[in-house]
Amino acid sequence: MYPVEENGGYSVVHLTGEVDLNCSPEARKVILECLRRNTPLLIDLSAVTHIDSSGIASLVEGYQVSRTLKLDFGLVGVSERAMSVLRLARLDQVFPIFASIEERLKPDPSQDV
Amino acid sequence: MNTAEQHSLRDPVIEVDGLVACYGSRKILDDVSFDVRSGEIMVIMGGSGSGKSTLLRHMLALNRAVSGSIRVFGLEMGGVSSRELHQLRQRMGVSFQNGALFNSLNVEDNVIFPLREHTVLDDNTMRIMARMKLEVVNMAGFEKLMPAQLSGGMAKRTALARAIVMDPKLLFFDEPSAGLDPVVSADLDELILRLRDAMDVSIVVVTHELDSAFRIADRILVLDKGKVLIIGTVDEVKNSDNERVQNLLNRRSEDVIVDPDEYMQRLTDELIGL
Repeated sequence: MYPVEENGGYSVVHLTGEVDLNCSPEARKVILECLRRNTPLLIDLSAVTHIDSSGIASLVEGYQVSRTLKLDFGLVGVSERAMSVLRLARLDQVFPIFASIEERLKPDPSQDV
Repeated sequence: MNTAEQHSLRDPVIEVDGLVACYGSRKILDDVSFDVRSGEIMVIMGGSGSGKSTLLRHMLALNRAVSGSIRVFGLEMGGVSSRELHQLRQRMGVSFQNGALFNSLNVEDNVIFPLREHTVLDDNTMRIMARMKLEVVNMAGFEKLMPAQLSGGMAKRTALARAIVMDPKLLFFDEPSAGLDPVVSADLDELILRLRDAMDVSIVVVTHELDSAFRIADRILVLDKGKVLIIGTVDEVKNSDNERVQNLLNRRSEDVIVDPDEYMQRLTDELIGL
């Protein structure tokens, strides 16, 4: 079971270890359950050692659901290895990607009045 | 340290030792030994009838060796059980020369096929995985086409998408450039290199296309009449002073030396009353 925490109005799903054919169904389940609660979502990949196409597919499905629900969504802590898998399918140009949870949560100066 | 030297430090994913293969009484492979290292692109070259397709079939456990051994991911292929072979094939992808697509399935369902066979993933996950791989091979937007509607290059790219849909750690290509124009062929080579780098996959390519081999290979194995003529980096093969290697590189045909006894044996083997 992947841990989920609430932080700054976001649900943060911490994926860990190998997210492969065996584990991606669980990752998908946790991601979709969070979105059913109608909260914006961050997926923390910083503790992921390997993510395969089934894991990436779970992220794609989660992102599409969040877009349908108009909920904010982002990936954080994406390793270079995971990034190369995203790049291969050009998904690095699709997902909102942030260096860390803190970077995503920090106030956007452009929103200041 | 160059790429080939870096790979030489990695674990072997394929180890072939003293392989002998025959069709009937005819020896096709004779004492073939080599290995393929993790993350390496090994290109197997040779003229028609050199034994390269037979070697590929043995590495895929489609044929049994007469003698010698083949180990894939440490598993001896000669004594492998059907269950072990099934598990092994989940880690291997194959892109056959003719594509070998199912004519009754559209492009997307062809690519999904291995996932349906080997996994119990949700249908949405399988469809996204297949479409991602079609994006990778530049086949996005053609999901619903049937194989009969595809050009040769499109069929090969679809076959490649199917070969990589399970994220294999070992990928085989049988004549990837055959029948393709030079631009499409170069695109496919570029794709093979990108796949290796992004997926850290070991790749074995069987081809007789020199340009393609030189573009993608970390090492090249040249087969001639069932024997290994040379194994080396692109430069080592290019600079080889072996006459037969140079004949192959320069596409010069060789004079055939006839052994009268062998020739007569071939012509009259198994005939009755002679």
